[in-house]
Amino acid sequence: MKTIKNFLIVFMSIGLITSCSDDDDTPNPVNEEEVITTMTLTLTPSGGGTAVTFQSQDLDGDGPNAPMITVSGALQASTTYNGSVVFLNELESPAENITLEVIEEDDEHQVFYGFTGTSGSSITYNDQDVNGNPLGVNITLNAGAASTGNTLTVVLKHEPTKPNDGTIANADGETDVEATFSFDVN
Amino acid sequence: MRLKALFILFITFQMSYAQECSYTFLGELKDFHDNTPIVGATIFMQNLNRYTTSDFDGKFKIENLCTGELTLVISHVGCETKTLTYSIEGDIFKRISLEHHIEELDEVSLKSNERKTTNTAQESVIKADVLKQYSILSLGDALKEVPGVSSINTGNAIVKPMINGLHSSRLLILNNNVRLQDQEWGIEHAPNIDINSANNISVIKGAAALAVGGDAVGGVVVINPNRVIRIDTLYGKTTVSGQTNGKGFGITSSLNKGFGSGWFVSVQGTLKQNGDFKSPDYYLTNTGLKSNSFTVSAGRKNFERGFEVFYSYINNEIGILRSSHIGNISDLINAINSQQPLVTDDFSYDINAPKQDVTHHLAKALYYQRFKNFGKLNLQYDYQNNQRFEFDIRVGDDRNKAALDLNLQTHTITADLNLDANLQYKINVGVMGRYQDNFANPDTGVRRLIPDYEKFDFGTYITTEWIVNDKTTIDAGVRYDYNKIDAKKFYRTSRWEERGYDEDFSDIVIEDLGTQLLTNPVFTYHNFSASAGLKYQLDDNNTILGNYALSSRPPNPSELFSDGLHHSAARVELGDLRLEQEISNRISATYNLNTSNFNLVVDLFYNRINDFMYLRPSGIEQTIRGAFPVWEYQKTDAELYGIDISSNYKFNDNIAWRHTSSYTKGNDIKAGIDLIDIPAFNTNNTITFTKEEWRSFKASLKSEWVFEQTQFPDFNFETFIATTQEDVLVDISTPPSAFHLLHFYSEVTLPLNEKNNLNIALSINNIFNTSYRAYLNRLRYFADDLGRNIMLQLQLNY
Repeated sequence: MKTIKNFLIVFMSIGLITSCSDDDDTPNPVNEEEVITTMTLTLTPSGGGTAVTFQSQDLDGDGPNAPMITVSGALQASTTYNGSVVFLNELESPAENITLEVIEEDDEHQVFYGFTGTSGSSITYNDQDVNGNPLGVNITLNAGAASTGNTLTVVLKHEPTKPNDGTIANADGETDVEATFSFDVN
Repeated sequence: MRLKALFILFITFQMSYAQECSYTFLGELKDFHDNTPIVGATIFMQNLNRYTTSDFDGKFKIENLCTGELTLVISHVGCETKTLTYSIEGDIFKRISLEHHIEELDEVSLKSNERKTTNTAQESVIKADVLKQYSILSLGDALKEVPGVSSINTGNAIVKPMINGLHSSRLLILNNNVRLQDQEWGIEHAPNIDINSANNISVIKGAAALAVGGDAVGGVVVINPNRVIRIDTLYGKTTVSGQTNGKGFGITSSLNKGFGSGWFVSVQGTLKQNGDFKSPDYYLTNTGLKSNSFTVSAGRKNFERGFEVFYSYINNEIGILRSSHIGNISDLINAINSQQPLVTDDFSYDINAPKQDVTHHLAKALYYQRFKNFGKLNLQYDYQNNQRFEFDIRVGDDRNKAALDLNLQTHTITADLNLDANLQYKINVGVMGRYQDNFANPDTGVRRLIPDYEKFDFGTYITTEWIVNDKTTIDAGVRYDYNKIDAKKFYRTSRWEERGYDEDFSDIVIEDLGTQLLTNPVFTYHNFSASAGLKYQLDDNNTILGNYALSSRPPNPSELFSDGLHHSAARVELGDLRLEQEISNRISATYNLNTSNFNLVVDLFYNRINDFMYLRPSGIEQTIRGAFPVWEYQKTDAELYGIDISSNYKFNDNIAWRHTSSYTKGNDIKAGIDLIDIPAFNTNNTITFTKEEWRSFKASLKSEWVFEQTQFPDFNFETFIATTQEDVLVDISTPPSAFHLLHFYSEVTLPLNEKNNLNIALSINNIFNTSYRAYLNRLRYFADDLGRNIMLQLQLNY
């Protein structure tokens, strides 16, 4: 019986130690990194004039709220725009500019642009990755003909097949951002 | 005077004679266990070289004993031989206890391979000689030997066992009598067990093993290590395996030392590695695995008391198919439409993200003591530490940082009293207390999948076993469990409101951080479970079993707290704080036919589960990555039923045929749809040729035929593809086609000397290199399953 008693004592003390050693700390909130909340495409007419911005902003990440899509105005027909895209993590303060990481790892990223509608808008890439393949942070956009109800889909892919034919469907990789903007060309 | 002297001398002589050799030893032999007299035992007086036997009352008498030591060696059929030494200084009476129920009390290792945990449940045992074929594979692969057991896989290295269509939290896994606590709620979390540490494995369908837990809605897997043999012995084995697919290799070794005094020590260790597996047409890039594990145990085991300390360690680093990592639904559609994975590289042993790195420690201390004419008390403490890292494909500075970092610590104490003084009517009572602490490291930079929580469990049970007569055994039991979970979880304010928690749970918010809320959900659950069963032997060859089990399972952390995007599934998964426990009522019946050349087991079951919790699609949400379907944990009433058949037929001494087949049907009664992820009908047939004279030569050919699952819920959905501006149907539901595979296995055993032998096994899986996809492999959207695999294994027994 004595051994049992000793064993029970050890037993209980283990239980006590473990239950006492526990800390009841309040957990720290997670500082969400590398989350892209906001994508802004700024189109500045190459001949000067008011810039047009296309923005998708989703401040609750994969939460239930849908992203806010805003298009600041119509494009001008037959006009060339210098486009630059910025990806931000606005959950951090100040907002973290993820574009810098995209540029740093340019061989693993590409921004794709796809149009629908009758405007005949198109883009050309103005930047390249280390291997000479397009990156797509800086582009030139040709607005095309006057029309309404066109769409522009901007997709940031991580680890796409590079080089590719420039179409999103054949690029593989993982989608980090995908936003579709409706726009008119006046 | 001379006469007087002579007289004194004579008297003295007489006295000394009487003093030295006139004593009587009266002995009474009783059974330790129920105090009945032991009749006809042989008592050997070692120093006198004389024999006697015990009479009808268990008594024996030894006369004319001299002063000094007397050594008795008492033996009796079915008893352990006992050697006792007494010092004789006068007449003595001794009551001596022997144990002659050792076999029934399951204290000897002779029948260890056949040892079952339950009497009336549907239980199957996988023995060491079958387990050894799975040395380089996983626990989940080996369990599929039992009809009705399948697995739900994530690739080929993450294999979760499934019993009659149920898995994860619905199965309990018991490793050396310790309930495994390794984040088992996750469908991608394989059990942290090295198959090589098991001597035999028992699969119990349903919740009939109440002493283990009351929440085993699906069943229990019992992993038994080598048993301790109380003789002076030293034995062990070393197994070296290699396989062509994945260029895998494994080495496992064990060494056991036993002493007649009951002391023992054993060690066992395994190293395994493989690189990228290959389907018939391409490499499955990033499917490598590295595993290392060891167990040590030591202690002293005697009949009356004993103790054991046990420690096991396992670390698994598992690569997950590279092309299964996708960003959104468009990527999933691309993957489904592509006939082969989007990323296929050349063979490599490298394991890159996405991958898992999981370490599990298990330590246990056990003490037991047996009391005369009463029973056996077991006291056990165990500690487990599970550290799980999951690495995702990330960019920048976070590239090598885990996306998931969970540490789960569990302490359990159990006391179990087995009242077996009456072997016809045994009672088992016990209590269990458990404390669990989960810590989700916030340094990952990714929102916690599972929050920090503490969990307290208390359980108590009583089970009985009544041998009514030679033919009938009845068992019954009840159990109560109390669970309390105390979590600290951050919710996005938007999600909190969307779930309606701001109305129902506003009192648990402890801090408002603007875009998120810190909450303190505390839930308690009271669970009742019960089981009753009957085993009836119709005649020498026919036995039937019937069993009813009631079990109650509280929601697990993922069912309560899931809240976020599941990348590889491209869906948002949501838990529900309002969930209550699910209640299962399972009825089963088994028919067992056993003749000299034919053996048949038919298992039937019906399992009705009220408030069954499972993930079901409920809508679509838009994010900056695109649209995602939302899958919510919902409760419903479900039923599962089915039949499992296994049979063995010996045509003659050389040729045998084994057949197993299994059919399971699952219905969501409330929604009127089929349950998801139910195994399709499958049937396996094996022809084995054995020739003992040819160095125990054995060769077998196995046909594995898995039908197409035609009963599945249609969870397909339409999504708008922005890049093409069109709606596309995403077919995530349709199961893949049926497949048929042939496997070959052969072995010989070469005796090296009296004690040592070498077993050589050669096997070929998927002989015809057939391309197939399995419904229950979650990576079936992305790639084919494994192609041909040739394995060679050498096992040295010493």
